[in-house]
Amino acid sequence: MADAMTATPAARFAGGAATISDLGPVGMVTLRADLADPAVAEALSAQGFALPGLRRFAGAPGSGAGWFSPDELLLVTEYGRAPGLATALSEGLAGRHALAVNVSDARAMFRIEGRGARGLIAKGAPVDLSPAAFGPGDLRRTRLGQVACAFWMGEDEAFSLVCFRSLGAHVFAWLRAGAALPTPPGF
Amino acid sequence: MLLLTCPHCGVSGEETEFAPGGEAHITRFGPGSSDDEFTGYLFGRKNPKGVHFERWRHAYGCGKWFHAARSTVTLEVYGTYLATERPPQPILDRIAKRGAK
Repeated sequence: MADAMTATPAARFAGGAATISDLGPVGMVTLRADLADPAVAEALSAQGFALPGLRRFAGAPGSGAGWFSPDELLLVTEYGRAPGLATALSEGLAGRHALAVNVSDARAMFRIEGRGARGLIAKGAPVDLSPAAFGPGDLRRTRLGQVACAFWMGEDEAFSLVCFRSLGAHVFAWLRAGAALPTPPGF
Repeated sequence: MLLLTCPHCGVSGEETEFAPGGEAHITRFGPGSSDDEFTGYLFGRKNPKGVHFERWRHAYGCGKWFHAARSTVTLEVYGTYLATERPPQPILDRIAKRGAK
């Protein structure tokens, strides 16, 4: 079997405004289930995940759960753990209207850090990214330019951004072009 | 530009994050209905100049459908509510208060 690789292997760009990096293969599992059902929180906690609140990301950058909709979560973990995590969640929620799927290879994920990170993303996403409105732990599913994406902020104020893998190269080029310009640190 | 608030995820976003779904509260006429009823269900739309109740989908966000009440003249949004609801009284009150038709 071929080795796992991302859409933009080892891509990294340190611009004046922000640094964008591809962190290599990341494990991602989509969980569709009624998040109000206590069984979901139980199944998550059995796997070491906490149920995030509305539009929040609960956990550390490399391991956590992001709120995607009232019935959808994105779980982030190590690449090798994702298939087992999807199986374990399916078993934990057996008999319920729920679905856990390993989507690690269907997504691309970037880390965006630096003083201009907020301004860079705000160029393409219709989101209020001022510190008063968007802080660590906040997550938003929206668009970047013309493509769908989701991003959340870690404790260190660095962004994690996910998009479809087929758009990974485009999104990286978009971010690189934006970070090369002197982004006004308007936030 | 419309500023809509998704009742599912609480996001106040501008309209490029949403996808329009046409007129809301249309009664479906399926098998067993008359030709006139079915034609009306398929093609009959209000297209008003003024207050309009519409379906919208938070396409780039949580992906959920919801309803919005807005003016087609001023683009004022009177409120949004769940796709399973009739227009809530606070939204109807707001429309009445604005003297809108």
